[in-house]
Amino acid sequence: MAVLFYIAALVAVLSTVLMLTRLNSVHALLYLTVSLLAVAVVFYTLGAIFMAVLEVVVYAGAIMVLFVFVVMVLNLGNRAVEIERAWVRPGMFTGPVILAAILGFEVAYLLMRTGSFTAPAAPVGPRQVALALYGPYLLGVELASFLLLGALVGAYHVGSRRAPGRMDGSGSDRIRVTAGGDLVRAGADRPSRPA
Amino acid sequence: MFALGLIGLLVRRNLLFILMSIEVMLNAAGLAFVAAGARWGQADGQVMFLFILAVAAAEVAVGLALLLRLYHRFQSLDADAADEMRG
Repeated sequence: MAVLFYIAALVAVLSTVLMLTRLNSVHALLYLTVSLLAVAVVFYTLGAIFMAVLEVVVYAGAIMVLFVFVVMVLNLGNRAVEIERAWVRPGMFTGPVILAAILGFEVAYLLMRTGSFTAPAAPVGPRQVALALYGPYLLGVELASFLLLGALVGAYHVGSRRAPGRMDGSGSDRIRVTAGGDLVRAGADRPSRPA
Repeated sequence: MFALGLIGLLVRRNLLFILMSIEVMLNAAGLAFVAAGARWGQADGQVMFLFILAVAAAEVAVGLALLLRLYHRFQSLDADAADEMRG
């Protein structure tokens, strides 16, 4: 069990280093996904089974989908096809596939020997976590729900393109003056930034 | 892993990589919480990991929305492009 823990931790650190050194955002996203899956395996070897499931579902599922969605939105246009042809080469899959295969072998090995599963100390089960979460930490749960609701409303407001310039932040008054109050064409005369 | 995320935050100038580095740092903090909770057999570590999960989800939603706005305004993901922002 300790060996599996160290292998998974090594895979996590290695894929994180590879993520940081990529120049291409899609490659970096692949390595980040492998890193999150490796952390999930680390959680499993630590005995936190429910946390491993949540890591896969929320981090490697939902948050990665958000990142991929944004990357794909930012690359819209005529050049999208050739960019994709240049990015999605067969060679780019080898590194993440090797690291993920190591994790897959670990999970398969863990599933083989389910009978003698023993975590290092007394494992903290989901039941204890749930009792602690809705017992002394009930206020924290409510605060987390506040935070998520605020993030939802904030992300919707910031992300909507037709948002009025009131909450826009950067020099909205100046833009309104130069555009003569016509906020639809506001900023059309801005000097284009070098890409 | 927290140190790796911090290095990524400091080194990269691409906003997308900065957000991914923040994810790595939050994940490393959660890993430390769960490991400590497993070491001493307490459930508090996993509760803290749940809260970190909620914070990460909220942060990434708002951060990516801000990133889209910045990209539409500046046509660039360089973090230095936003330095002319003066309220």
